[in-house]
Amino acid sequence: MRIIMVGGGKVIYYLAKNFLAKGYQVSIVNKDNEYCKVLARELNCLVINGDGSKPDALRQAEADKADAILSLTGNDPDNLFICQLAQKEFGVPKTFSVVNNPDNEKIFKELGVETIFNTTKLISILIEQRVEVADVNNLLSIEEGRINISQVILQKSSPVLGKTLKEINLPRDIVFGCIIRGEEVVIPKGDTQLSEGDKVLIITLPENQGEAFAALSGE
Amino acid sequence: MYIVVIGCGRSGSYLANQLSKAGEDVVVIDKKFGSFDRLSAEFTGFTINGDATEIETLKSAKFDKADVVVITTDNDNVNAMIAQIASELYQIPKVMVRLLDPEKEVIYHNLNVITMSPTNLLVDKFTREIIG
Repeated sequence: MRIIMVGGGKVIYYLAKNFLAKGYQVSIVNKDNEYCKVLARELNCLVINGDGSKPDALRQAEADKADAILSLTGNDPDNLFICQLAQKEFGVPKTFSVVNNPDNEKIFKELGVETIFNTTKLISILIEQRVEVADVNNLLSIEEGRINISQVILQKSSPVLGKTLKEINLPRDIVFGCIIRGEEVVIPKGDTQLSEGDKVLIITLPENQGEAFAALSGE
Repeated sequence: MYIVVIGCGRSGSYLANQLSKAGEDVVVIDKKFGSFDRLSAEFTGFTINGDATEIETLKSAKFDKADVVVITTDNDNVNAMIAQIASELYQIPKVMVRLLDPEKEVIYHNLNVITMSPTNLLVDKFTREIIG
């Protein structure tokens, strides 16, 4: 896997380290000359000091051989341009971009950027979920938050204690992944009974998540 | 015709003045409020102070009603984003964009966008003057 990363502050250093550890070939394009020197010294990868929205910089980063490009600048028009340039001029098959303005997620998608990390939205969703119910933990968002895996710890006040999965009334689009009971992992079936302290892992669509949490926690 | 001009620098303001004087409906968008000082007394259109890469700004300019959009900000990447929003998402019939770095023209391949590069225009003209 050959991957090009453009922009980004500290994140890019750690990402590159991570990818290199996995054996990927990484090239970095960054505007900041001093930072490029640091990256080149610390990492075993190709570092290009330049503007990633210029064909020349991407060419030097060997975009014609790259499998993916990841644009991480703090400026959305730059991110869009970089991904499209990589796609159109160099035929880079996979494009990933961060968006800073959440409204741009839809625009980027329609203009051909494949995978979008809507950082503002992700952070605000995580915070809202943490603040709302402390017993609820969003573990993982998949497909840019279109599906979530979350954990609910069943408290004394939960209306589902002692009931079997068959008996409780959950919205349709929720899947029980598993139940962690102390050291034990229980794969839930219709006749599995829920008890206090169970950590329940559920898979939900974001729009049904609130309903699911309410049904399990009683709040 | 309803024309939206984005970027009220020397070129954008000059164009807006001309079009307005010729009787067209013109709206000018610019991030910096002070840029509107460049509009002449003959300009009778509207001005919107905002960032044209934000959908809200475009909505307030009634982008969906535009016949022509001319994009002349001083940043090619910003221009490319707005041009694509105009032609691909809003399907505006005529989208024109100023291209500062001719190397970046590749982004507009297969798009219904007219690009104008001041550098290319100038060089062509000079060349023709010199060697015919």
